[in-house]
Amino acid sequence: MARELMKGNEAVAEAAVRAGLAAYFGYPITPQTESLEYLSRRMPELGRAFVQAESEVAAINMVYGAACTGHRVMTSSSGPGISLMQEGLSFIAGTELPMVLIDVQRGGPGLGNIAPSQADYNQIVKGGGHGDYHPIVLAPASVQESVDLTVLAFDLAEKYRSVVAVLSDGSIGQMMEPCELPPMQPMKTSFPEWAVSGAKGRERRYLTSINLNPAMQEEMNFRLMRRWQEVEANEVRYKEYYMDDAKFAVVGFGSTGRVALSAVRAARAEGIPVGLIRPITVSPFPSKVLEELSRRVEGMLVLEMNAGQMLEDVLIATHGQVPVEFYGRLGGVCVLPEEALREIKRLVKGPLSTEGHPRDRWLNRTAKN
Amino acid sequence: MMTVNEFETMVYTRPDSLTDVSTHYCPGCTHGTAHRLIAEVIDEMGLKERTIGVASVGCSVFAYNYFDTDFVQAPHGRAPAMATGVKRVYPDRMVFTYQGDGDLASIGMAEIVHAAARGENITVFFLNNTNYGMTGGQMAPTTLPGQVTTSSPNGRDVETQGYPIRTAEMLAKLDGASYVVRRSLHDPKNIRLAKKAIRTALEVQMRGLGFSLVELLSICPTNWGKTPAEALQWLEEKMVTYYPVGDYKVHPAAAEIKF
Repeated sequence: MARELMKGNEAVAEAAVRAGLAAYFGYPITPQTESLEYLSRRMPELGRAFVQAESEVAAINMVYGAACTGHRVMTSSSGPGISLMQEGLSFIAGTELPMVLIDVQRGGPGLGNIAPSQADYNQIVKGGGHGDYHPIVLAPASVQESVDLTVLAFDLAEKYRSVVAVLSDGSIGQMMEPCELPPMQPMKTSFPEWAVSGAKGRERRYLTSINLNPAMQEEMNFRLMRRWQEVEANEVRYKEYYMDDAKFAVVGFGSTGRVALSAVRAARAEGIPVGLIRPITVSPFPSKVLEELSRRVEGMLVLEMNAGQMLEDVLIATHGQVPVEFYGRLGGVCVLPEEALREIKRLVKGPLSTEGHPRDRWLNRTAKN
Repeated sequence: MMTVNEFETMVYTRPDSLTDVSTHYCPGCTHGTAHRLIAEVIDEMGLKERTIGVASVGCSVFAYNYFDTDFVQAPHGRAPAMATGVKRVYPDRMVFTYQGDGDLASIGMAEIVHAAARGENITVFFLNNTNYGMTGGQMAPTTLPGQVTTSSPNGRDVETQGYPIRTAEMLAKLDGASYVVRRSLHDPKNIRLAKKAIRTALEVQMRGLGFSLVELLSICPTNWGKTPAEALQWLEEKMVTYYPVGDYKVHPAAAEIKF
């Protein structure tokens, strides 16, 4: 296939179409709106369902309805819109339905701004909606990876009857890059035994997330958690760069992971033995990889466009076995490669400590505005 | 008619589209009447194997236990959005929502207005009993001025708690709505008229004529603190006065439907 120059949001939309997307429901919000616009043209020309909903609340519930039929369904949004979808996401998780959510993060909290951010990591990775459930969360660092992970998202959603989020940000959604799109998949023609379709020649089916019997609701919760253990065992994905002989490791996801790679290369050019771990699945988190790494490197640096949300998962995984430092930019400001390189050099120079919290050390050395 | 023995003829049976279980509804509640009417019409139209119902949050949250058809259950107020999702994937199925007045006219107002405005080809059965039944009888958007509820203990004061919403009249203003009517379940004559409206609404949908809604004035004896008979009388005297029974929007194509 030829490579095409595409905007991130449009590439994701076309990738979903080629993965067999049967229905899309969305609402305009910057910086994801191009996905909605693209699909408003593309879906009808293929005879597939597209609705611009009256709100993100309605959009996620249209997704909920369509997901009950077992067809491939998706929505996309950002910040405030994702917040509005949390009720529906919890219901979808509670009904054990597959769906794909594209989250193009922007600066917050509140209305914030439309610049790239990673401050919605906790919201998506930690569940967001009420109740015990874990979405699978995939974090792309390029337009190509957004395409690939969107296709994967549909497969994982069906395999685990789970919400799968592609956790992107405004920079990846808005940038244009060459990418290779997947081949057009045929639409699904058979649907799972739980899907509603009208009870033709079979017992009726119903799908609900209510169970007033706590013991039975507990059983359902156990089922979700055991399924999550399977996800943790089989679906952890990450990329590592220059780690073979590294004495120091940088950890960053999504676009910050990509910025970190530039800094790691610059550091290597100066002879600094540093490598990069870039989680692709931030949920399930590559905890074992980091735990093993914490026993062989001298220090770690976590870089994020937030105040250290993934940092907490790194600290849990490494449980004090290795000094960890943190550097972040907030509110829609990106980490620059020069800043990342400076932080690598600070890490290498030391002193290194496992006392206190890396976030406090970072805040203390960050000049007060 | 099924023959029971040579001397008896079965004239009244449970519709095929209802499951053979007791409901959780309170004695005297008109949910049972509404369920039965809808199920009878589904049977008559031969739609049982093509129906996907959408239950809402409120007393009718467990409607899926009683209708012997495929069903899904929506978050509070979101049934029209969920029905939209189902219908857009399966345009040839019969998709209906069953919602109360707290669900539809309060938390779900955006979803119902926009489903109607889009002319979404679904049918909405809207049970109006002027209170939140499931949570114990709080004030709803439909609670009448002066009506005592557990959250308007001195009677609904329109100065501070606002005025009731006449949902059918409001939705009828939308160009996308094809069939919007109000009926009442307080006596046999009105129940027969309600069934006719339910049939018309589902005919509208199955002919692809767009959005249809039947508001059904209903009673809540338990939360109203009345016997079922008193409650039916109160409905006729107070509710029908404020919420007149009538056809608020009948698209010319819907008016031509004969069955």
